[in-house]
Amino acid sequence: MAFLDKIIPPAFSLDGSVPGRKTLTLTGDWTVNSAESAERLLGSIDLAPDQVVCIDISRIESLDTSGAWLVHRFRGGLEFGGKRTELIGLDEKRKVLFRELEKHHPPAWKPERQRFSIVGFLEATGRVGVDAVKDGLAMLNILGTLGAVLATVLPHPKRLRSISVAVQFDRSCIGGVPIVALMSFLIGAIISQQGGFYLKQFGVEVYVVDLAGILILREMGVILTAIMVAGRSGSAFTAELGSMRMQEEVDALHVIGMSVTEVLVLPRILALMIALPILTFISDISALFGAGLVTWSYLDIPPQAFLVQLQAAISTKTLMVGLVKAPFMALIVGLIACVEGLKVEGSSESLGRHTTMSVVKAIFLVIVVDGVFAIFFAAIGV
Amino acid sequence: MSLAEPSIDDVVVRESAADDDIILSAKGVTVGFGTKIILKDLDLDVRRGEILGFVGGSGTGKSVLMRAILGLTPKQAGTISVFGHNLTGVSPVIRKSIERRWGVLFQQGALFSSLSVKQNIQVPMREHLSLSPQLMDELALLKLELVGLPQDAADKLPSELSGGMIKRASLARALALDPDLVFLDEPTSGLDPIGAAAFDELIKNLSETLGLTVYMVTHDLDSLHSICDRIAVLADKKVLAIGTLDDMMKNDHPWIKSYFRGPRALRRM
Repeated sequence: MAFLDKIIPPAFSLDGSVPGRKTLTLTGDWTVNSAESAERLLGSIDLAPDQVVCIDISRIESLDTSGAWLVHRFRGGLEFGGKRTELIGLDEKRKVLFRELEKHHPPAWKPERQRFSIVGFLEATGRVGVDAVKDGLAMLNILGTLGAVLATVLPHPKRLRSISVAVQFDRSCIGGVPIVALMSFLIGAIISQQGGFYLKQFGVEVYVVDLAGILILREMGVILTAIMVAGRSGSAFTAELGSMRMQEEVDALHVIGMSVTEVLVLPRILALMIALPILTFISDISALFGAGLVTWSYLDIPPQAFLVQLQAAISTKTLMVGLVKAPFMALIVGLIACVEGLKVEGSSESLGRHTTMSVVKAIFLVIVVDGVFAIFFAAIGV
Repeated sequence: MSLAEPSIDDVVVRESAADDDIILSAKGVTVGFGTKIILKDLDLDVRRGEILGFVGGSGTGKSVLMRAILGLTPKQAGTISVFGHNLTGVSPVIRKSIERRWGVLFQQGALFSSLSVKQNIQVPMREHLSLSPQLMDELALLKLELVGLPQDAADKLPSELSGGMIKRASLARALALDPDLVFLDEPTSGLDPIGAAAFDELIKNLSETLGLTVYMVTHDLDSLHSICDRIAVLADKKVLAIGTLDDMMKNDHPWIKSYFRGPRALRRM
């Protein structure tokens, strides 16, 4: 039926030879491909005074549900306007089609509209606030269950899924070493180049070593690594847990009687808490290496002098200040990733939204917590 | 795009007169993954207007063949022609116009999860045509009722629907552009007997009123009995037999025998 070489545009002809009665003959193709022009065509038909309208569709070349619907709707509109209509020229198949359509009564069409209003804006703001509180509660909830699970797992180390932890560790730590090392190397190089450029003007370029050493060990190493881990592993956790929720795998775990926190959350967070200090250490070393190379080539400070100056500037304490923060950062990244992952609903859009939120929140909180640590260390005089 | 190339609206699928009755034909199709051959030298013809039921044991490659026809799985050899056009060498414009003329119901529904049911049905309309929003809404609701869903399902998200409703909504999307050929992958699996019977009835109705050609992968003996004009059996990497149900009942191949005259099949006689 619909295998045409060319679409014949829909057309009509009006025959008003009998007074008070008009015959509307429709021709051409009335299919979904020509529905746009067919709809316009029907809108342009003017039948004003006549009371009886006879719609002849026998000369329509091909007709599908869209075309039939347009005819049916047109006919309905005429009847609603007080006219009598008659549909003629139906063969068996088209009769069935129209009988099917007659069962269908769509509601009056309303265009979708979105209005901007102050109330809507306030409502959205309020909802964001409520969501933030709920997020906090959800994190506390997971933290609490994590504590409870740890308490049950520690006396029975067999229940700790060591293989699962090892796999997660492999993914988040070993897999992340090259990129973390490369990024830190570049950052170390940039810091000492920039620092050297300005300190040179005062003739104290040797202090670049102090600057780079303290900055990298105390702050940059751990923050940059945490951000990288939030982007690499945090997003992966959210996506994994989220798609498991979409496929009802999380529900399956519940039903089998396994604890989601124990099976999915604990191994990931544990692995991350082991991984992040190690990655931070690698990042520190690699950044110092980058700084050393740049001071050597750009500021003509030989490696021996760099090491002597570095030894004077930093102590083990400086390194530990950075490393001590790492497990907390890992806990935050892991918790947020898992909370967001478990919040995913049925749609792929929600998976994307929660993965984004997971990374954004994790990076934000990493920086906030770093600030809190800075205050804390200042207070205890480290 | 060069100026000489015809636009999508000008091109309508043209067929050679000789095979006018064959809407889909596969010749010598070989599909494999790595060294494992799933289908070898497979031949299949689907006639216009018929409902072809496709059966075969689990894992024999029914879905693989469907995906190969649709161009989702690469084939190693053979030609597949749809509407008289060989799909391998066809230009993108003709390919697009062919894609407009077929509808696919995937096994799991494959509704877009972030769109509502109504938007799902409107996706092909928006992509290929420029209809007024009112007409699109009305047509979406019409298709929805045509497949037996209530109108209030229109604004639901796929995750809020039951399995049977997802099947129906997905069929509505497959029918959005009034296709000439629909591929159904196990349309009645997971439906209750009443729902499955209604679905069968619906497919038969659509096939009769719209002249639809249906390619249906199914395991449902009831569907095979009640609506299929012909049945094709896939086994030993090719189409082992094709014909009416009576032909199948007479066939003495052990697998066909146990499928159509096995304990489950005979119980419903």
